[in-house]
Amino acid sequence: MELKNRQLRDIYVDLLLQYAEEYPNLVIVEADLMKAAKTTTFYEKHPEKAINVGVAEANMIGVAAGLTNMGKLVFTHTFTPFATRRAFDQVTLSVAYAKLNVKMVGSDPGIMAQLNGGTHMSLEDVALMRSLPTMTVFEPVDGVQLAGMFKQIIDHDGPVYIRLLRQEFDPIFEEGQTFELGKASPIKEGTDVTIIASGIMVQEALDAHKMLAEQGISAGVINIHTIKPIDAHAIIEAAKKTGAIVTAENHNIINGLGSAVAEVLSENFPVPLKRVGIKDHFGEVGKKDFLMEKYGLKAVDIVAAVKAAIALKQEVK
Amino acid sequence: MDKRQLLEQHAKTIRCHTLDTIAHLGVGHIGGSLSIVDILTVLYYDQMHVDPKNPKMPNRDRFVLSKGHGGPAVYATLALKGYFPMALLETLNQSNTNLPSHTDMNKTVGVDMTTGSLGQGFSAAVGMALAAQLDHAPFKVYAIIGDGESQEGQIWEAAMFAGNRKLDHIIAFTDYNKMQIDGEVKDINDVSPLDKKWEAFNWHVQVIDGHDVMAIIDAIENAKATPGKPSMIICNTIKGKGADFCEGDPGSHNMPVTKEMASKAKERLV
Repeated sequence: MELKNRQLRDIYVDLLLQYAEEYPNLVIVEADLMKAAKTTTFYEKHPEKAINVGVAEANMIGVAAGLTNMGKLVFTHTFTPFATRRAFDQVTLSVAYAKLNVKMVGSDPGIMAQLNGGTHMSLEDVALMRSLPTMTVFEPVDGVQLAGMFKQIIDHDGPVYIRLLRQEFDPIFEEGQTFELGKASPIKEGTDVTIIASGIMVQEALDAHKMLAEQGISAGVINIHTIKPIDAHAIIEAAKKTGAIVTAENHNIINGLGSAVAEVLSENFPVPLKRVGIKDHFGEVGKKDFLMEKYGLKAVDIVAAVKAAIALKQEVK
Repeated sequence: MDKRQLLEQHAKTIRCHTLDTIAHLGVGHIGGSLSIVDILTVLYYDQMHVDPKNPKMPNRDRFVLSKGHGGPAVYATLALKGYFPMALLETLNQSNTNLPSHTDMNKTVGVDMTTGSLGQGFSAAVGMALAAQLDHAPFKVYAIIGDGESQEGQIWEAAMFAGNRKLDHIIAFTDYNKMQIDGEVKDINDVSPLDKKWEAFNWHVQVIDGHDVMAIIDAIENAKATPGKPSMIICNTIKGKGADFCEGDPGSHNMPVTKEMASKAKERLV
């Protein structure tokens, strides 16, 4: 399967089609966004296994829970705000509390809703989903990582929320690299600071790594794709090694990746931490570059945060 | 004893144990538990293909109590059917119980779906029926919703979907006892005309006396004989049916029940 130079949704649908062969119980449940998710391709091949409930996300989750309860392997698809805050009570009770193993995809995380604007930018989806017992929260960076994790997600005995970019992505990982649910993926070694990034912020972190190297600062880069359960071991080891951490996420800095990392650090190995992300405000209409710049999500923002974290580290000393 | 008498006897026994279960704790959802007892009786003693000794039997009929607060009546029914010992009924809502206020399939043997937040169980029951439809399975999914619960939007999302899917694997009941926590349904946010609403959503609709066991049987038989449509059986019921201290009283949604109240009510029942 071609895992680069394609839209992530096309890779995702190919994976669904591939695993539908191995798992005859695989069913998808949709709420009138099949054309957006390109799951229409799945529908063309398996019309009987693609259930569209229409614009009714609460019922989508309820029906998915019922199907799962009867032994189906169910993936649901909609945009992030509808997958989480719109149907949160259903996700909480009919899925998580009822211990039903539904795989829920929310597409176009954070600012990547772009021209759909503030109403469609869920900057709190990770916050909501990671506060649910039994829930796994996964955000793939690229096609290689998505493909490398897909079977683990299917076989994971518990609900999974997949924060999925639909369109172009930055290819970060080389084919053949392996990934493990719940384990961080280290990308660059460093000694002065560690940047922990998820989703679209990984490329920014790598750009920041390069800019910092030119200034004589050695920054490690770790990708956390499983935001819950978070890889506490990797975070603690990074803190021990570099003594300062910067997180970078396409989400509100409240209760997202940065908060999860802060929880691990303050309970285990407190070191200076700076969080790059959306600073507690709503989104708005805009293209990716405009929004990233406006909300301080660019590599230069990570560089500034790194310097602030290092300054704090020196102050503490 | 003919079928009616036999089933009515079972219903009385379930009512007595429901009263005892709640009175042992001292408080509970007595009104909406007692109003569904006759439906439960017909399902578990006449209609549903289930085996208490094999509670996970793959092709069993399923039952979802979407108005999950009627749990005590379901627990009494399941215990009497032999799913678990009668003594367990006394653990309702006690610490570490397997019989929580609202039905939970991960705690109670014989419960097929976890419910409690209104509207959700029905939607899940529709999903379960959809799985049966996809698999061409021989069983039915039975669900009970409340009339107050029918104010939830999710009920109608699921109703529209099931009607359009011609989902004849589901047979649902509305426990139309006309009461909800804050008073009478008609005064708070009326759901009537329920029959016309369900018909408009492409369901096969019957309106019956929900305390007449033979009428319930006939309605289920009619539903089974109507392929290509989901079935809604609107059961006119009385909240607190059978317990003189709360019959027809909206205050019976969740109320204190002493052992004395229960035993007086039981005397009148038998």
